[in-house]
Amino acid sequence: MANKPEKFIDENGLRLDGRAVDEIRPMTIEIGVLSRADGSCYLEWGKNKILAAVYGPRELHPRRMQKPDEAIVRYRYNMAAFSVEDRARPGPSRRSIEISKVSRDAFAPIIMTKYYPSAVIDVFAEVLQADAGTRTAAINAASIALADAGIPMKGLISACAVGKVDGQLVLDLNKDEDNYGNADLPIAMTQDGEISLLQMDGNLTKEEFKKALEMATEGCRQILEIQKEALKKKFASHEEVVESLVEVAEEKAEDIQNEIELIEEDFETSEFEDEEGIEVIVVKTDISEPADETSGEDFTEFTEGEGSKTDETEDPEAEKVGERYEQ
Amino acid sequence: MDREIVVPGQLLSDNTNDSGSGTYVKEGKVYSLLYGVANIKNKISVIPFSGKYIPSRKDFVIGTVFETTSSNWIFDIGSPYDGLLHVSEYPRRVESSMMREIFDIGDCAILRIKDVDASMKIELTLREKGLRKIKGGRLLEVPSTKVPRVIGHNGSMVSMLKKETGCEIFVGQNGRIWINGKDENMDKLSEAIDMIIRESHTSGLTDKISRFLQVEEKTDDTTVYEEAGDTDIEQGEVVEDINSADEEYSEDPEKVDETSRKVDQLLDTEEN
Repeated sequence: MANKPEKFIDENGLRLDGRAVDEIRPMTIEIGVLSRADGSCYLEWGKNKILAAVYGPRELHPRRMQKPDEAIVRYRYNMAAFSVEDRARPGPSRRSIEISKVSRDAFAPIIMTKYYPSAVIDVFAEVLQADAGTRTAAINAASIALADAGIPMKGLISACAVGKVDGQLVLDLNKDEDNYGNADLPIAMTQDGEISLLQMDGNLTKEEFKKALEMATEGCRQILEIQKEALKKKFASHEEVVESLVEVAEEKAEDIQNEIELIEEDFETSEFEDEEGIEVIVVKTDISEPADETSGEDFTEFTEGEGSKTDETEDPEAEKVGERYEQ
Repeated sequence: MDREIVVPGQLLSDNTNDSGSGTYVKEGKVYSLLYGVANIKNKISVIPFSGKYIPSRKDFVIGTVFETTSSNWIFDIGSPYDGLLHVSEYPRRVESSMMREIFDIGDCAILRIKDVDASMKIELTLREKGLRKIKGGRLLEVPSTKVPRVIGHNGSMVSMLKKETGCEIFVGQNGRIWINGKDENMDKLSEAIDMIIRESHTSGLTDKISRFLQVEEKTDDTTVYEEAGDTDIEQGEVVEDINSADEEYSEDPEKVDETSRKVDQLLDTEEN
């Protein structure tokens, strides 16, 4: 384990890992990594590695915990035993229980719990590798996983920390800065800059605190952009596949040229504009039913199977009507 | 039509009248509530990429019994909330001792949602035409947000799947799909449905699936057909070409089950 460095910021104003004082660590986000979860996200931020999973909304047991008018949110922050240099004792600790609690509350302003009465939304954030700022990294990952799960939210939550080393404020502390620094101030906020989590360790003057808040706001804004980009990229992969194939073609000359053309042709036909995704169909089994009975309803349906004579309740004369409604 | 991938909290419009489903209004502006595709018609609505099925009145669903009481069958309908089917909603009179004989645990049925109250108590019914217990066939599960893709524009996808595979299909709003037919046809159909789910965000999907099924069908005798499929992008043209020019192909619909053909014909005439 590294000992305390003599200087955290060199004469050029750069930090131990070569970043400027107001620069965040590089972040990569992968969405939908777990097949069994309703939403998931793998996030790497510097040397932090976080896996977040969202399950639900689902039925909550025991029933006495249910809220009849809204869903509850459960958030579990956990550090894997192998995530730090000295093995962490598995299971909830004082620290992880606290972080779970404040992180859960950090999502309170955005999750539309009213839509799912008496259900539960479970969020799991597992720290696979820790390098300072895991709670903020976990919140960033959980935010993406919630969006991936299709949970209605007023926006995304982004989080990052500001700290003080060598008497100077720096954005997004790394491990050494966190261990030997003078202060650590993790902040989570909505896109409007509404703060939903703020903790402080160490000492800051009033002026420093104001400055730190500004730096964190800027950091969160950058992270929000990364989050948005990651979400938008997930379904834009179509374009990338075609492009990368074109690159290969240039390198390997003509022998696979025909293949590429085919792919490009396919791609041209698949612009994002057809109607199927939003059209709604109703096929009713009774022709005499008034058509407007169901109009204006948001539902999609298709029935079949009138042909099978196995059902005693069925009328063999029944006819089908295909009708189309728009949502 | 304007389409765009949006994330929660994204500004969609400055006009509060544009607020459709999947959006919210804050300080006179409309934002997205969901991660999905914004769809601008007369109002802006957001269709999510994923999410649990939330029951609403008059939906058709496929449920599985997981508990019976003296007067109710309790169905799992693939949502956070359970569905209740009261004996009085069964088409015939049922003695409470007979409950298990009508629907035992694990039995499936095509049901309709009669009512949903504020506390999300779901009442189901079986007293409508087309609703019944499921016997035989297979049950597939897909995300409920992908159901419109499986049905397709004007039911085009479902009727195409039916025509190509000769299987019976019922798509429940809760993302459960019941299929029935010959084993090899059902295999092919489930593969096609998997493909629809995987590529649901792309367009021209009906054509792609149709080509996939037709190529599969004719792997042994189809040089003529494959060429047609590859060169013609328009689905309508492909089908026409084949029906008129390709003798081999025109035999194929004969094999399709008589009843589903009748249904398809009915559907076609109603659409026109």
